[in-house]
Amino acid sequence: MGRAKLPRKSTVIDMTAMCDVAFLLLSFFILTTKFKPAEAIAVTTPSSVAAKVAPTKDFVLVTITKDGKVFLTIDDEQKRELVANSLNASRNLGINVPAFKKAGFIGSSFAGMNSFLALPEEARVGDKLPGIPCKDSTNNELTVWMQVLNEAYAGGKMDLLLKGDNLAKYPAFKSVMQAFKNNEIQKFLMITNPENAPTGSDLWKKSMSGEKQEN
Amino acid sequence: MAELDTSGGGHKKKGPGVKKGKKLSTRVDLTPMVDLGFLLITFFIFTTTMSQPTAMKLILPDDKVNPEDQNKAKESGVLTIIMGADNHIYYYEGQLKVDASGNNFKSASYNGENSIRDVIMKKKADVRSRATDPTNPEKDLVVVIKPSEECTYQNVIDILDEMAINVVKKYALVDIGKDEATLVSISDKSAQPPTSN
Repeated sequence: MGRAKLPRKSTVIDMTAMCDVAFLLLSFFILTTKFKPAEAIAVTTPSSVAAKVAPTKDFVLVTITKDGKVFLTIDDEQKRELVANSLNASRNLGINVPAFKKAGFIGSSFAGMNSFLALPEEARVGDKLPGIPCKDSTNNELTVWMQVLNEAYAGGKMDLLLKGDNLAKYPAFKSVMQAFKNNEIQKFLMITNPENAPTGSDLWKKSMSGEKQEN
Repeated sequence: MAELDTSGGGHKKKGPGVKKGKKLSTRVDLTPMVDLGFLLITFFIFTTTMSQPTAMKLILPDDKVNPEDQNKAKESGVLTIIMGADNHIYYYEGQLKVDASGNNFKSASYNGENSIRDVIMKKKADVRSRATDPTNPEKDLVVVIKPSEECTYQNVIDILDEMAINVVKKYALVDIGKDEATLVSISDKSAQPPTSN
């Protein structure tokens, strides 16, 4: 008896469409990824259970390095210009405003500001810079910076971030807090690495029971 | 000048001995390319989500408040934590007492045995057991954090984190007192490596 012959189907699938999708996704991810800018100031942050994601736009960042130097980063270029202009006006510093606008971070006293801005970008490395003087309570320059920033951000919201190194000593942290307090800034965020709540702790029980973590 | 070799694809008539080139399929197996594509996608997804830092909120008290307006804490509900050099940590409950009548200045560690977390949890349970107000049994619990000059930023964050972990509602970051500071520096010097105390 003749059996009906089943047509042999090829098992090869056309991969072109799948390939297209894969590379479309790939290019999307590559284009949307913002690479971390090379950090001129090396800081290893401690970890905490805080789940709030740090803001990445329009922030003011105070960095404390492991040897207790303090640096300031202002994200918004327009605000940077405002700050430079008002410092020039109030303290007669003669800051080079375009250079200040371009500077990624600030790490020198008011007196050494112009020589700091004159440095080429590659030479502005955290270890070699003096940092903003703030240890001395009578001459806490960070207080002045915060005051100027407060004015620049008047009416708007300022996200104040603090990024400290694991090994920074407490007095540096304290003088930074003092500078905040002097300007009646009572709220700020500290950048940490995420970490899970330890099993069995109260926070862990809370999150297990479905309560939302507040922070 | 360079000349193009046109012998392969030309339409010239070939001699009788020359075989006609087999027509190759233009289809390429794209499977490895898809594999590679998805591999890269997974790589990018992982690297982008991993490096997202988080932020911890800290609200500082207002120093300018009149001392008389400051809220007083019940002595029985107070736990004071002092951070010393080299990851040493000390604590006492209520008022500091270091004399012949007793010593409540004890040392703990950040993790492992006799950790500060256990101390906080014990204190919390203790305060709960003595609570008079059932709606808010932890009302009296206040943790006072006193970082010494020698402790690191990490120590401070760890303790603040401990407050979040143990859901301590009331805590304060206070400057260390003079006699406490001397006590801590003496203890730091005499202390063995932090694992053994």
